[in-house]
Amino acid sequence: MFDKYMICEDGFGNVQQDGRTVGFAFQARLPYYRGIGLSMVEDIGVIIDGEPVARQDIRFSVRGRTWTLDEMETEYTDRWNFAEKALVTVLRDGGLTPGRHKVQLSERIRVSYLPFVPTTRDTKELVIPA
Amino acid sequence: MSNYDIKRGVSLYSYQEEYFLGTKSLEDLIKVSAEMGANGIELISEQTFPNYPNPLDQSVYDNWHALMAKYGTTPVCHDFMLDYKKYKNRPMPFEEQVASCKVDIDHAARLGCPYTRALVSIDPNVLVACADYAESKNVRILIEVHAPLHFDHPWIIRHAEAFEKSGSKYLGFLPDMGMFLFKFPPVWKEKFIRDGVPQNIADYICKAYEDRTLSEYVILEVEKMGGVGPAIGMATTLRHNAAFEPKRMLDHMDRIWNIHAKFYQMDEDLVEPCIPYDEIIRVLKKGGYKGYICSEYEGNRWIQDAFPVDSIEQVRRQQEMFKKLIGEPAVTAA
Repeated sequence: MFDKYMICEDGFGNVQQDGRTVGFAFQARLPYYRGIGLSMVEDIGVIIDGEPVARQDIRFSVRGRTWTLDEMETEYTDRWNFAEKALVTVLRDGGLTPGRHKVQLSERIRVSYLPFVPTTRDTKELVIPA
Repeated sequence: MSNYDIKRGVSLYSYQEEYFLGTKSLEDLIKVSAEMGANGIELISEQTFPNYPNPLDQSVYDNWHALMAKYGTTPVCHDFMLDYKKYKNRPMPFEEQVASCKVDIDHAARLGCPYTRALVSIDPNVLVACADYAESKNVRILIEVHAPLHFDHPWIIRHAEAFEKSGSKYLGFLPDMGMFLFKFPPVWKEKFIRDGVPQNIADYICKAYEDRTLSEYVILEVEKMGGVGPAIGMATTLRHNAAFEPKRMLDHMDRIWNIHAKFYQMDEDLVEPCIPYDEIIRVLKKGGYKGYICSEYEGNRWIQDAFPVDSIEQVRRQQEMFKKLIGEPAVTAA
């Protein structure tokens, strides 16, 4: 559910740090009817223009806090709320070139009552302004 | 004089599309529910309140009670989850599960809900261990009986036996009417066809569902027909759904205190084409049911890829159907 709303249309762009472009970021939501504790987010996968991003190059941020995906697995208090737009950052020297990019996102969450661990996917073409 | 008292309510779960997209606020949803006469309000707090089950500000509860008072609605049930898979490589210890449930019992009490819903997969011993605490807060814990489970399944019988043995009057059942699905829902079929299931396979699966063919045979047959991917996915839904009989509730009426009126589509003629609400309401009347029947619309996920979702209109139609089936006296002009 909510698959097509996972990648948000707004918030796509390069990320600057100390005057350098260190990566790119976009906003993402959970494909779920409730929020979930961060320890139950097993994976967030990104493929950019057909190229898979390494897990260690992904950062997740909500409400001003940032985690690596490994750190999220032991975050037992903070949550990704229902419909909340999280920032998914991909570390990548130089970021992305201006123009259109194909973003593929997968989210795997561990839901206590489900007899499987669902992975849900969304793909969107987003634009970095020139 | 009838011995039943079936009251209409709605789970805010029904409006998840509008709430997700931010096109309707909590107040909007309470208001439209009251306008339909669905005066009992059920909610999934992890949907409605950001950050729950972490502690919420008192203002959240004050606002909730102010909305109930403003629109004349009644809190019915807080649905809790109990994330016993919180830790990746180890189960949550029993005592921690009990403590987690007590957080939800406290929260239900603060919302004014007489009931709190436990998910069907929760260990009955955890609920029994919470019974005295629930009684002290005057909140009843209801295990949701949800497809593919049903009242004759050993897991549910185990719960029933544990509840009886405990002697507690604070443990009961919340049946989800989706377990009485007598026909493959058209909105499911159409979604699977959009996802690439060939028409002949989709037709076969729907027919097999109506013939009550065992799911494993249907999956095998679909494989033989050349079905892959979404076709297998469509056939596999038969593992998770079946046409159980509404009358199976009758043995448990003394512990059924709330009901999820699950539905996937309400057509313009005010009929849910796949869940037998006429029979369900007959059974509830026969069983002397006294409690709420709460709309639980779950059609959005089956149409949102291709069509706009209007959850409010869907719930409104189901509520109109309930008015007729329950036999509420017509409202006369003042």
